[in-house]
Amino acid sequence: MIHSLFLINASGDIFLEKHWKSVVSRSVCDYFFEAQERASEAENVPPVIPTPHHYLLSVYRHKIFFVAVIQTEVPPLFVIEFLHRVVDTFQDYFGVCSEVMIKDNVVVVYEVLEEMLDNGFPLATESNILKELIKPPTILRTVVNTITGSTNVGDQLPTGQLSVVPWRRTGVKYTNNEAYFDVIEEIDAIIDKSGSTITAEIQGVIDACVKLTGMPDLTLSFMNPRLLDDVSFHPCVRFKRWESERILSFIPPDGNFRLLSYHVSAQNLVAIPVYVKHNISFRDGSSLGRFEITVGPKQTMGKTIEGVMVASQMPKGVLNMSLTPSQGTHIFDPVTKLLSWDVGKINPQKLPSLKGTMSLQAGASKPDENPTINLQFKIQQLAISGLKVNRLDMYGEKYKPFKGIKYMTKAGKFQVRT
Amino acid sequence: MAGNGLSYSEQGGEAALELAQEAAPTTAPSAPAAFGLFSSDTKKNEDLKQMLESSKDSAKLDAMKRIVGMIAKGKNASELFPAVVKNVASKNIEIKKLVYVYLMRYAEEQQDLALLSISTFQRALKDPNQLIRASALRVLSSIRVPIIVPIMMLAIKEASSDLSPYVRKNAAHAIQKLYSLDPEQKEMLIEVIEKLLKDRSTLVAGSVVMAFEEVCPDRIDLIHKNYRKLCTLLVDVEEWGQVVIIHMLTRYARTQFVSPWKKDDDDVVEEYNENNFYESDEEQKEKDWKVKKTYVMDPDHRLLLRNTKPLLQSRNAAVVMAVAQLYWHLAPKSEAGIVSKSLVRLLRSNREVQYIVLQNIATMSIQRKGMFEPYLKSFYVRSTDPTMIKTLKLEILTNLANEANISTLLREFQTYVKSQDKQFAAATIQAIGRCATNITEVTDTCLSGLVCLLSNRDEIVVAESVVVIKKLLQTQPSYHGEIIKHMAKLLDNITVPVARASILWLIGEYCERVPKIAPDVLRKTAKSFTNEDDLVKLQILNLGAKLYLTNSKQTKLLTQYVLNLGKYDQSYDIRDRTRFIRQLIVPNEKSGALSKYAKKIFLAQKPAPLLESPFKARDHFQLGTLSHTLNSRAAGYLELSDWPEVAPDPALRNVEAPEAAKEWTVFLGKTKKGKPTEKFYSESEEEEDESASTSATESESGSESEKEDKEEGSSDESSGSSSSSEESSDSESESKESTVKKTSRTAEKSDSEDIKKKAKRITKKRNTSSSSDSESSSSEESSSDSKSESDLRSDSESGKSGRATSSKVTTQVFVPTKTHELLHRMSGKGLAAHYHFSRQPCIFGDCTVSVQVTLTNTTDQKIKNIHIGEKKLPPGMRMHGFNPIESLEPEGSITVSMGIDFCDSTQTASFQLCTRDDHFNVNIQPPVGELLLPVTMSEKDFKKEQGMLTGMNETSATIAVAPQNSTSLVIIERVVKAANLGVVPSGQDNIHRFAAKTLHSGSLVLVTVELKESSTAQLIINTEKTVIGSVLLRELKPVLSQG
Repeated sequence: MIHSLFLINASGDIFLEKHWKSVVSRSVCDYFFEAQERASEAENVPPVIPTPHHYLLSVYRHKIFFVAVIQTEVPPLFVIEFLHRVVDTFQDYFGVCSEVMIKDNVVVVYEVLEEMLDNGFPLATESNILKELIKPPTILRTVVNTITGSTNVGDQLPTGQLSVVPWRRTGVKYTNNEAYFDVIEEIDAIIDKSGSTITAEIQGVIDACVKLTGMPDLTLSFMNPRLLDDVSFHPCVRFKRWESERILSFIPPDGNFRLLSYHVSAQNLVAIPVYVKHNISFRDGSSLGRFEITVGPKQTMGKTIEGVMVASQMPKGVLNMSLTPSQGTHIFDPVTKLLSWDVGKINPQKLPSLKGTMSLQAGASKPDENPTINLQFKIQQLAISGLKVNRLDMYGEKYKPFKGIKYMTKAGKFQVRT
Repeated sequence: MAGNGLSYSEQGGEAALELAQEAAPTTAPSAPAAFGLFSSDTKKNEDLKQMLESSKDSAKLDAMKRIVGMIAKGKNASELFPAVVKNVASKNIEIKKLVYVYLMRYAEEQQDLALLSISTFQRALKDPNQLIRASALRVLSSIRVPIIVPIMMLAIKEASSDLSPYVRKNAAHAIQKLYSLDPEQKEMLIEVIEKLLKDRSTLVAGSVVMAFEEVCPDRIDLIHKNYRKLCTLLVDVEEWGQVVIIHMLTRYARTQFVSPWKKDDDDVVEEYNENNFYESDEEQKEKDWKVKKTYVMDPDHRLLLRNTKPLLQSRNAAVVMAVAQLYWHLAPKSEAGIVSKSLVRLLRSNREVQYIVLQNIATMSIQRKGMFEPYLKSFYVRSTDPTMIKTLKLEILTNLANEANISTLLREFQTYVKSQDKQFAAATIQAIGRCATNITEVTDTCLSGLVCLLSNRDEIVVAESVVVIKKLLQTQPSYHGEIIKHMAKLLDNITVPVARASILWLIGEYCERVPKIAPDVLRKTAKSFTNEDDLVKLQILNLGAKLYLTNSKQTKLLTQYVLNLGKYDQSYDIRDRTRFIRQLIVPNEKSGALSKYAKKIFLAQKPAPLLESPFKARDHFQLGTLSHTLNSRAAGYLELSDWPEVAPDPALRNVEAPEAAKEWTVFLGKTKKGKPTEKFYSESEEEEDESASTSATESESGSESEKEDKEEGSSDESSGSSSSSEESSDSESESKESTVKKTSRTAEKSDSEDIKKKAKRITKKRNTSSSSDSESSSSEESSSDSKSESDLRSDSESGKSGRATSSKVTTQVFVPTKTHELLHRMSGKGLAAHYHFSRQPCIFGDCTVSVQVTLTNTTDQKIKNIHIGEKKLPPGMRMHGFNPIESLEPEGSITVSMGIDFCDSTQTASFQLCTRDDHFNVNIQPPVGELLLPVTMSEKDFKKEQGMLTGMNETSATIAVAPQNSTSLVIIERVVKAANLGVVPSGQDNIHRFAAKTLHSGSLVLVTVELKESSTAQLIINTEKTVIGSVLLRELKPVLSQG
C-alpha cells in the first residue's frame, strides 16, 4: 500500500523521508513540486498526483505537505485518512506538529512511523497503544533520560493490541479520577446580502478528556437525543446500544479523544446568534469607497458573544483602508488585501463598528463584487442546538469520578455575503 | 549470535570488519570503496563507529539515534552496516529497535552482512512472548534479501499457526512482503492465505484479506467458505482492515449474486426521482415488497448489506466511503439512498477528504439525482473553499439542477459569477450553460443572463459567456438576431481568441439572419487579419467563405483578399485551409464537382454540441478507487465484473448449517423435534473432506446436526463423554485461538453489579412497554409468565430443576434436551412455543447461540403468518429470527431455529412473537452453560492457560459430593449436561478438567473439579469473564452435590 512518505516544508525542502518497502528515490517529489508550482496556493495542490510509475497522495497541514508514494490501486481516502491520522498522532505526541518539532524529535517520529505501518499497511494507529510502545517526550522524561540513560521506548511490551479494548491501555492509574466532556457546536452558515440565511447547519462534536483508573465503563445519555441527525463515533462506542436506546455506552480510551461528532438535522431551524450590518460601496470614477460594518447580537439566549473576529478578503483594486474601530484592533494587509478586525466581546448596549474609507487604484474600474465577510465568534455555556447531556454514569470501577460537562458554540464556516 | 555480538564488541572495529569479510567475501571490497568515496564523512562516521563499539549502552544509543536521523534526512549511512548489525542482539530494547530500523533500510544493499543478523531473529521467533515473536517475524520479513526466502517461508508457515492472533496477523503481512520479494513462492503463499482466511480472529481478518488482494485476488474460490464469517466479523475488525475487506467483498458479491436492479431497473430509478427522499417507511416496505415479487435477494447478499450498514457511522472517512461504494454497486437502487447522509457528513472534513468525496458524489449524482437532492444546500460554495473544491461543488450543483430548484440555483450562481476567483466564475458560466440546455424552461432566462454578462468588465467572464452563448444558440435554432448583433458589437473589445472565434463562427453560421452586419464584420477582421490568433484566422476564413456563398456580390473581393492573406500565412493550417476553401468556393476550370455543393458543405445543419458533465466518463470505474479519482486505470486496478445472469451455486458458501435454507417442514401431529426434511446442501457437505469420517454417523432421525457439530462438540448433553474423543485439526486451532481475547466493540460486562443494573432497567422497560400495549391482558400475562420463569432460572440454578420445571408443560418427555417454555398455549391463544438450546454452531454467526423453537398449534384453526415482531434486546445483543411461517395447521407443530447473540450475558432477550392477528411478548433467557462453546486442548495447554488466568479471574468453591457422583464418568456426564463444556483429558484420576470459550468474545473458560477426601471436591473456574465464572460456579455446585 503506502510505499514511502516524504515530509516537505513550505520552502520545498524534503526534511524527512521514510520507506516501508524498497526505497523510492526522492526525485519522485519533483512531480509534486511541479504540481505545486502550477497551483498558485498551497491548498490548491491536487491531493492526488499521478506520475509515470507512482502516485503521490498528499495532505497539507500545519504548513507541511505529507506526501505518500503508492504504486498500485488503493482507495485514495484510505491513504489520506491515514496521513491525517499521522498528523494527529504527531500533534498528540508533541503538542504541536511543526517542522521544528519533527526535526527535534526525529527518532521518536521515526519509531512512531515504524509502528504505524507494516509493509505499508496500518498496524497500530490508536494513540493509546502507540504511547505504550513509544513514550511521548516530556521535559521531565528528557531530563531523566539524559541523567539515567534510559529511553523513550516502553520497556514493557504493550498488551493493548491484544486486549479486548484495543483502544485503551491497561493499568491506568490516577489519583484524581476525572472525566471531562466538551460539547462543541459549530454553526456553518451563509448569510445573504439582505441578512437572510441561505444555508445554516450545526455540526457538533463531543471531545472528551478522560483520566480514570482501571477499566471504567461509561454511559452518557442526552435529554434530547432526537436532535442528532447523523452521528459518527469513536470505535469505543457501542453502536447497538445507541441504535436501541440512544445512549452512548463505551469504555473510553485514556486521555483526550473525540467521542462523537454529529450533525443537527437541517429541518430544525438554526438560531443565528449574530448579525452583521454592512455598507460597502465603491463608486465609479472615484478613487474612494465607503466601508462600514457593525456587528450585533441576535438570538443569543442571554449569553455574551466573545472572541469575535471579522475577516474579509478585499478586492484587488483596494490599495489601502483608513478605518476606525469603536473597539478592538484591526489590520489591513495591502499585499494580500486581507482585512481582519479583532473585535472581542460584543456589548449589546454599544455595538462594535468599523467605519472608514477605502482608497482604490486610480483609474481602475470598480470591482464587481463586494467582499464576503468571514466571522468568528464563541459563546460559552451554550449549545446552540439545545442539546443537553442528561447524565453520565460509570460502571465497572468502585471510585467516584469527578465529572464535568462544558458547552460551547462557535462559528464554523460563517460567511456573510455583501 | 549473542556470543558473536560479544566477541565483536571485544575486538575492535577492524576485527569486526574482517570477520564480516570472512563471512561475506563479495561485498568486502565495496566497503572500503565506500569509505573512499565519502571521505568527507569518514571522520564523522568514524566516531559513530567508535560509539557503537563502546561498551556503554548510552553511547550506542546516541550513535544509533544519530544514524536514524541521517536515514530520516535521506543521507547515506550504509557504510556503518557492519558496526550496526552486531548490535542486533542488544539487550536494550531501544537500541534493538533502532537497529531494526536500520536493518530494514539497508539490508537490501548489504545482503551478505545482513545474513549475520538472521539467526537472532530465528531464535526470537521461538520466544515465549508473542510480541517478541511478532516483531522478529516483522523484521525478518522486511529484510529484502533473496537468499533467506526459504527461511522466511518457513517462519511464515509456522507463524500462521501460532497461538497468538497478533503473530498470525504479522504472518499475513509477511506474506505480501515475501511475495513481492519472490513471486515464485505464490503457490505456497496461497496455501498459507487459505489457512489464515479460516482464522476467526478479528485481528487477522483485515491483514489476510489484504494479502489475498495482493497475492491472488482472482482466487475468489478461497472466499466462499469464509464469506459469512467475514461479514459477521466485519464490525469488529479494525478500521483499516474494514476498508480492505469491504472492497474485496464488493468484488466478490458482483460475481456471486444476481443483480438486484435487473427487473425493474427503470421503474426503480423513475420512482426514485419522483418520490422524494423522505418517503415514509411504509412506502419503502411496500416498494421492497414489490421488488421482492420478481426478485428474491440471496440471504448472503442481504447479510453483507446489513452488516456493513452500521459502518456508515465510522469516524474513518475511508470506511464510510467504502460502505457507500458497496451500497452503490450492490444494493437495490431504493436502498442506496441511505449512504448520502453520511457522505455529506464527510464534507465537513479536511480539504483532501472533501476532494475525493465530492468527486464520488459527482459521479453518483449524474446517475441518481434523487440521492443528493435533499442536500443541495450542503454543496453551496463558500468563498474560502479552494478552487478545486469549488469547481467540484459546482459540478454537483449542476448535476442536481431540475425544474424545481433551478431558480434558487441560478440565484446562487449569480453570486458565483461575481466571484473574485475568475477561474471559478468561468466554470460557473459553463454550469449555467449546462443548466440551460438540460432544463428547457430556463433556457431563455439563462441566455438573457449570459448576455448581460457580456458587458462584464472581466474579459475571462465575457469570453466564457460568448463561448457558452454560442453553444446555446446552436442548440436553439430560433431567432436570436439581436444577440448576434450585440455580440458583433463586442468584437471590437474582446481580445480572448476563443471568444472572438466563437463570435465569428456565429456570425458566419447565421449570416443570413444578420445580412447587413456580417459583411462589415468581415471587413473589420480582414483589416486585423495578420494580428489575429490562428484560431481566429481560421474563423475569419470560414466567415469569408460562408459570406462568399451567400452574399458574393458584397463580399467577393473581401474574401479573395482574406484568402490571399491566408495563402502566405506562417501557419500550415491556415495555408491548408485557404487552399482548400479557394478550391471549393471559387469556381475555376480545375474545380471539380464538389464546388457545386459548396453551399451545402459549408452551411449544412450542424448538430448542437452536447453539454455534459466531465464526470460522465468516470462511472465505469469502481467508486472510491484511485482509478476513479484519476479517471484512468491505475496499476493493479481490479475491474468490477458485471452481475452474473445466473448466480453461482450459493451452497459454495455453506460452511455450517444447511438451515440457511428457507424451507421448514411442518410435521403434523408430531411433537418430536422438528427438522428439515432433507439436507438442503448435502452435496456440498460431502465434498468437504473432513466430513468423511462423520458421514457414517449421520442418522436420518438425528437432529439438524451436521458434521460441524460432531467435530466441535457434543450436540447433545448425553453424548458428553464422546466429546473427549473428538479431535480434529480444526478444533485444535480453535482451542489455541481461544487464548485470545477477541476484539469486540459490543458490551463488555466487567462487573456483575453492572449487569444487574442493566437487567433491572431492561425489565422495567419491558414492563412499561408491555403495559402500554393495546392487548395488555395477554401480553402482561406472558411477561409475568416469563418473569417467573426467569426467576426460576436464576434461583433454582441447577440445570436439572430447570428441566423439571419445563417438563411439566411439554409433551416431549423423552427428548434428552431440556426444553423451556416460551409461550404457554393459554396465553398464546392456542399457540404454544417451547425452546431448547441445541448447542450447535449457529448459522447466523459465530457468536450466536442457536435456539430451537418448537411452535405448536393447539387450536382447531390454522394460525397464519407466524413471525417475529418488535425486538427489545439489551444493548449489544443481536437476534436473528426465523423466516415467517405462512401457516401452521391445527395440531401441527414446527421447529425453527433462531440465533441469539447474548453478548456473554445472561440477560433476557425479549421479543414479540406475532401471528397474523396477535402478538405476544416472550423472553428467552439462557442458562450460563449455554453461552459456551466447548473446546479441547491438551492438559499441558490447559495448565498453561490456567496459569495465566489466576487472581481476579479465578473463582472456586469447595463442595460436598454425593457418593454416587464420585466416579469420573458421572462427574463428566453431569458437568457436561449442565454446561456446554469440552472435556480435557486428565492424567490424574481425581482431577477432571473441562474447557470452553464464551460464544461472543471467545474468552476461555476453564473448569477444574478436584476430588478430595471425605467426599468433598474443589471446584475451580478460571475465566476472564468473571461474571460468567461466578454464575457458572453457582450453577455447577448443586449439579455435583445433588444425588
